[in-house]
Amino acid sequence: MFYLETRNVIKQYAEHRALDGVSIQVPQGTVFGLLGPNGAGKTTLIRIITRITAPDTGEVLIKDRPSTKEDVYNIGYLPEERGLYKKMKVGEQALYLAQLRGMKKEKAYRELMIWFKRFEISDWYNRKVEELSKGMQQKVQFISTVIHNPDLLIFDEPFSGFDPVNAEIVKNEMLRLKDEGKTIILSTHNMESVEALCDNIALINKSRVVLQGNVFDIRKDNQPNTYKFRLTGNKFDLEDQAFTILSKEPYHEYIDVRVKKQENIDNKYLAKLIFDNYDVVSFEEELPTMNDIFIKTVTSK
Amino acid sequence: MNTLALVIEREYISRVKKRSFIILTIAMPVLLVLLAFVPMWLSQLNDSGVKNIAIVDKTGLYASELKSTETYNFQVITAAQEDDYKKQIGGDIYGILTISNDLSKYPNSVNLLSEKQAPASLQSLIQNALNEKVTQQNLDNLSTQSNVSDQSIKEVRSIIEKGGNVTVSTLKWGKDEKASKTSTEMATIVGGAFTMLIYMFILMYGGMVMQAVQEEKKSRVVEVMVSSVKPVDLLIGKIVGVGLVGITQLVIWTVLTLVLFLGVSFVYNTPEQAQLMAQAGSMGMGDIDVNNIMESIVSLNWVEIIIYFFVFFIGGYILYASLFAAIAAAVDSEEDTNQFMMPITILIVFAFFAGIYSIDNPDGPLAFWTSLFPFTAPIVMMVRIPFGIPFWQLLLSLVLLYGTFILVSIAAAKIYRVGILMYGKKPTFKEMMKWMKYS
Repeated sequence: MFYLETRNVIKQYAEHRALDGVSIQVPQGTVFGLLGPNGAGKTTLIRIITRITAPDTGEVLIKDRPSTKEDVYNIGYLPEERGLYKKMKVGEQALYLAQLRGMKKEKAYRELMIWFKRFEISDWYNRKVEELSKGMQQKVQFISTVIHNPDLLIFDEPFSGFDPVNAEIVKNEMLRLKDEGKTIILSTHNMESVEALCDNIALINKSRVVLQGNVFDIRKDNQPNTYKFRLTGNKFDLEDQAFTILSKEPYHEYIDVRVKKQENIDNKYLAKLIFDNYDVVSFEEELPTMNDIFIKTVTSK
Repeated sequence: MNTLALVIEREYISRVKKRSFIILTIAMPVLLVLLAFVPMWLSQLNDSGVKNIAIVDKTGLYASELKSTETYNFQVITAAQEDDYKKQIGGDIYGILTISNDLSKYPNSVNLLSEKQAPASLQSLIQNALNEKVTQQNLDNLSTQSNVSDQSIKEVRSIIEKGGNVTVSTLKWGKDEKASKTSTEMATIVGGAFTMLIYMFILMYGGMVMQAVQEEKKSRVVEVMVSSVKPVDLLIGKIVGVGLVGITQLVIWTVLTLVLFLGVSFVYNTPEQAQLMAQAGSMGMGDIDVNNIMESIVSLNWVEIIIYFFVFFIGGYILYASLFAAIAAAVDSEEDTNQFMMPITILIVFAFFAGIYSIDNPDGPLAFWTSLFPFTAPIVMMVRIPFGIPFWQLLLSLVLLYGTFILVSIAAAKIYRVGILMYGKKPTFKEMMKWMKYS
C-alpha cells in the first residue's frame, strides 16, 4: 500500500511552472529519495505535501484518501533552510515546536528528555540557542521534527552541518524510524546516502518526474553491462565476440580487467569463457552509482 | 491548546520576561515621579538651614515690617556695623539688606547684597513686605490731606486688601444642559500627552512586530514554523502577542504612576509641605489654585478618554503593525526594508505633526480631516477627544479606521504568506499586488 501518493500535481508561480504533472508513490515503511537538481521543484512538492501551499490542480493522497488539515500533525518536516529562535532556550524551543505539532506539554517534555539523552545534549536544555554550534542546532531541529512521533517524516538535506560521527547517528536514527514502520521522504544531493538509505526514489528535473522506482532496479536498468575481473598474472589477451575490453590495469600480482559484454550474451557464458582461461580472484558486475545515474539523467535531457 | 494561542503565548511571554522590558516598565513611572518630586525635595534641602539677613535701615521705618520666618532670620544692625558684617557674607550672614531712603518717595533706594544670587522666594518676601508698608505710607499721607474723608480712606484700604483676584473659569455646555467646569490647559496637556503616547506606542510596537517578522525570516525559523502553523496564524499571533505586551506596559505604567504619586504625596502631605509645594508652584507659574487643578482634572471625562484611547490605539496599532509585518515579510534585507518603510514613516510623522498643530485648534479643518483619515486618525483624534467632539465624528472615524485595518490586514496577511517563504530578489510593488491574488 502507498502511504503517500501525489497525482498529477501542477503548481504555477506567475511565469514559472514549478511542478508540471508530478505523480509520485511512496510505499509505507520505506525511505523514499526525492532527488533533483537545484530549482527542480522538490521544495515546492514538499510544501504541497505538508500543506504549506496548495497545488493548482492534482491531489495529494494519504493512505488512499485525500489529505486533510489534520494530516499535518502526522507529518514531521525538517526543511532545508531551517532556523531556531536565537534568544530562546533550547528546551523551551523544542517544547514550543512540539506543542505546535499538537502534543500536550507534559508528554512533549517526557519525549524530549528521551531524545535529548539519545543525542547526548541533555546538558544543553537550559542554554540559549545562540550558544549552540551549528551541528548542535541541527540535532535540536532533528528532534523537533520527530518528537511528535509522526508516521510521515520529510527530511530535506538532513546531513548538512553534521560531522561524519553525527551524520552516522542521524542515519541510524532514520533507519530505526523506518524499522518502526514510519515512512520517510529524504531529499538530498548526497547520492551515497541515497544508496545507503533509500528504497525508492523519484528524480525530478525541470518540474517533471523523469525517473522513478526502486533504487536497485534503477541501478540494474541503467547497468552498462560492464564487469570487473581480478585475475592472477600480469597478462590478459583473450579476445571474443562476446565482449570488448575497456581497460587493463596491473594491481600487485594481479591484473584488473574491465569488459563490456554484448547485450545478448548472458553472464554464465561470459564467466565460463574467462574462468576457463584464467585464474579468477574476483568477479563482479559493475552497477552504476546513483551519482552516475543522476548526472546522466539530468544532463541528457 | 490550539496553535494560535500557543503563538500568542510565546510572543507575549518571551517579551514580557525580557530584562529590558521589566526594567523599562518599572523605571518609567519611577522616573516620572522622580522628575516631579526631586526638584521640589532638592529646593527644600537648600532651605533647611536658617539664613541670616542683616538689615541696615537708615530710615528706621521698615525694619520692623520684615518678620523672621523659618528660613530667613532678619536682624537689624546699625550703619556703622555694616562693614563688619560685609566680611561675614557667605559665612554666618547670608546677605545685607540696605534701605537708604524713604521708599514711598524713592522706591529704588533699597538693595540686597549677597554672595550668591538671592532666591526668588526671598526677593518676593522682602518685596511684598516693603510694598505693603509703602502702600500704608501712601494711604497715611493721603489721609492727612484735608479734602479726603476718613471713610474713603478706610474703603480704599479694604479694597486694596481684598485685591481684585480675577480668574476666568472656562465652562463647557454639556448635553445634560449643565455647564461643567473645564480647563483648556488641562485638555491641552491631556490631549498632547495621549497623542505622544499613541504615537510612541504605534512606532515602538509596530517596529517590534516588524523586527520579529524580519528575524523569523532571516533566521529561517519560519520555514520550521509554517509546517505546523498557518502563516496567517503566525502573523495574527505576532500582532496580538506584541499588542498585549504594549497594553500590559501601559496598564503597569498607569497603575504604578498613580500608586507612586499617591504614595509620595501622602508622605509629603503635612501642612507645611503643602505650603512649600504651593510656594514652589507659585514661583514657576504664577498663582495656581491647587483646587482648580484638581477640579479641572476631575472635570475631564476620564473613562471616555481612556476607553477611546484603547479603541484608537488598538485600531492604529493593528493597522500599522500589519503594514510593517507585510513589508518585513516581503523584503529580505534591511536596506530594502527602509525603501518600503519610507512612505509609512512619512504618514506616521505627518500624523504626529497634524496632532501637534491640532492642539491649538482642535476643531479646525486640519484636525477634522486628519482625525477622519484612518492612517492619521488614531494619533490626531487623541488631541481632540479631551476637548469634546461630536459623537458622529468619533463614530465615523472609528468605522473608517476599523474598516481600513480589516482590509489592510487581509492584504498584509496575503503578502506575508507569500513573502515569508521567498528569498533573494527584492519584490516590486507590482509583484506584491500579484501575491494578493494567489489563493
